[in-house]
Amino acid sequence: MNNKGVDKSKRQFLTSALTVVGAVGSGYLAVPFLAQMQPSVKAMAAGAPVEVDISKMEVGQLIRVAWRGKPVWVLNRTPEVLVTLTTLDSELRDPLSDESDQPESSKNPGRSLKPEIFVAVGLCTHLGCSPTFRPEVAPVDLGDKWKGGFFCPCHGSWFDLAGRVYRGVPAPTNLEIPPYRYISDTRIIIGEVAEEKTA
Amino acid sequence: MKPTRLTECGNWVLDRFPVTKFWNDHMAHYYAPKNFNFWYFFGSLALLVLVNQIITGILLTMNYKPDAKLAFDSVEYIMRDVPWGWLVRYMHSTGASAFFIVIYLHMFRALIYGSFKHPRELIWIFGMLLFVALMAEAFMGYLLPWGQMSFWGAQVIISLFSAIPVIGDDLSLWIRGDYVIADATLNRFFAFHVIAVPLVLVMLVFMHLVALHEVGSNNPDGIEIKESKDPWGHPVDGIPFHPYYTVKDLVGVGVFLLFFATVIFYMPEVGGYFLEHANFIPADPMKTPEHIAPVWYFTPFYSILRAIPDKFAGVIGMGGSIVVLFLMPWLDRCKVKSIRYRGGIFKKALFLFVISFLALGYLGTQPVTPVATTLARLFTTIYFGFFLLMPIYTRWEKTKPVPKSLTKVQSLEEQLHALEEQLPALIEEITELKSSNTEIGHPAFKSTFFSRRPNPQGMVHVMSRLAKKLKGSLD
Repeated sequence: MNNKGVDKSKRQFLTSALTVVGAVGSGYLAVPFLAQMQPSVKAMAAGAPVEVDISKMEVGQLIRVAWRGKPVWVLNRTPEVLVTLTTLDSELRDPLSDESDQPESSKNPGRSLKPEIFVAVGLCTHLGCSPTFRPEVAPVDLGDKWKGGFFCPCHGSWFDLAGRVYRGVPAPTNLEIPPYRYISDTRIIIGEVAEEKTA
Repeated sequence: MKPTRLTECGNWVLDRFPVTKFWNDHMAHYYAPKNFNFWYFFGSLALLVLVNQIITGILLTMNYKPDAKLAFDSVEYIMRDVPWGWLVRYMHSTGASAFFIVIYLHMFRALIYGSFKHPRELIWIFGMLLFVALMAEAFMGYLLPWGQMSFWGAQVIISLFSAIPVIGDDLSLWIRGDYVIADATLNRFFAFHVIAVPLVLVMLVFMHLVALHEVGSNNPDGIEIKESKDPWGHPVDGIPFHPYYTVKDLVGVGVFLLFFATVIFYMPEVGGYFLEHANFIPADPMKTPEHIAPVWYFTPFYSILRAIPDKFAGVIGMGGSIVVLFLMPWLDRCKVKSIRYRGGIFKKALFLFVISFLALGYLGTQPVTPVATTLARLFTTIYFGFFLLMPIYTRWEKTKPVPKSLTKVQSLEEQLHALEEQLPALIEEITELKSSNTEIGHPAFKSTFFSRRPNPQGMVHVMSRLAKKLKGSLD
């Protein structure tokens, strides 16, 4: 029998060592537990490009297509709209799309490859509602300042018909423009980047 | 008496499992203040609704399919083809709203009677955690029917997380399990709604009650009943929870069930407030409904989110409006608990707060207009003002004196004094006056001698009265 009492330092060492090993073990186990909630391989693969035929679109018409489970708008803008768009800069938060999300080829005032055809992801950059297409000028419910655009019914964000966000609304940036390119004059493909122009 | 088989069996269990001790600690010998009023129904009612949600929830999972392709139809199947399925589903959906009504009233009770104050801070913290868990539970449950509101409500709420700088986008992706709200999201919300969060809720309810029974219940007068005890160590102002409050709560349960049944049988949608109209349309990821609003119990916080014209600040405001509630025990610097003895400035502030909470709740159900936004900003300011200015204005309060106890306890001197006053009457009763036969016949002072003699009959009277009184006090 040991009469000297308990060797506290040994006990302390064993306790600390076990705590550290246990914590590391739990940490390793947490990785698969948390990571299994990430998108699955199947979900990541389901992002195929979508082809859209725009030959039958009338002027001023908007169509919705599904791309990666999100609504994508294709809008055929009228000449009047294109004129209006040039006059709005002072009311917009990011008129030149410096802080917004778009392919380099669409980073222009009209935010499109061709001026008339506007393509955008139809989800508000605020909290992801799909804004309503309101092309009419100065309707009763939106007031005189409304020049036609997209209105988010969830939290009242305003976008113009180039998807640019107005000042003083909750949405922080312009609508996202997906990568897209023209296969021909009447067909576009959404989900593939436009080829760089060789100047 | 020879113990019967049954009592022997009972004792066998009791020797191994302390049911009686538990029952006594938390029911039969748990002393609650004797002045509980209407506001004290809602704790036990919340427990009742929780039980309702668990039972009806288990029944619903027997027919519900957590699959984006099948979910909406399986809910309609429950409504139309499953025997009594409509009842079970309406009990569950009405129960969700009833839960929040009961909890909001329960929280308001704590606010007016200062139940969150020292020494009950932890009860309040556990209660607030319960509230947050309940919101998570309700939110995830709302996705399951896979209607338009389910889908777009979840889209908005999950996007809230993406507003967090740096990790936001990855975090919301991790929550969804896909790039959009999809089957993966529905399936995991089902798991959380049915297993994870209910376990957390039950655990928190347990902790809430353990903490409550440790420090004891508050009451409408905000006095500590443990500070004045009778010679047997029981609070003078306390009565055992069982049977006194179990019986009282049964009345509350009866009245509650009356309202609950009325909603279930006659108005299960409550005009689109309990079950929103747009949720009878299957989820369509291509199109947001013209007007989307969360279910009524989230609208005050949703209004705050909408009122702030900046994404990140809006999310912070919304989160802050709930976080600030956690801090109540430290924001309120007034020592007096109950509103009955608090100053006018607190009553006015509380009135403004209630008005702004209700107004925010109403505005949250309405579409966005410039006027509504201005109003929402005003009420948001009042909401936060109530909490953030509280450390200042509660210091100025002119409070009324708080009584020490509800029952007037007499000191020894007072008791002796009272006895002294009763003494002549008592002596009169236990004795009788007799005139003696001796008379002084002298004409100058003619008088008769009297003498007091014990009166056995009077003594018996007094003794029996004392015995009755003693018996009464022991019962």
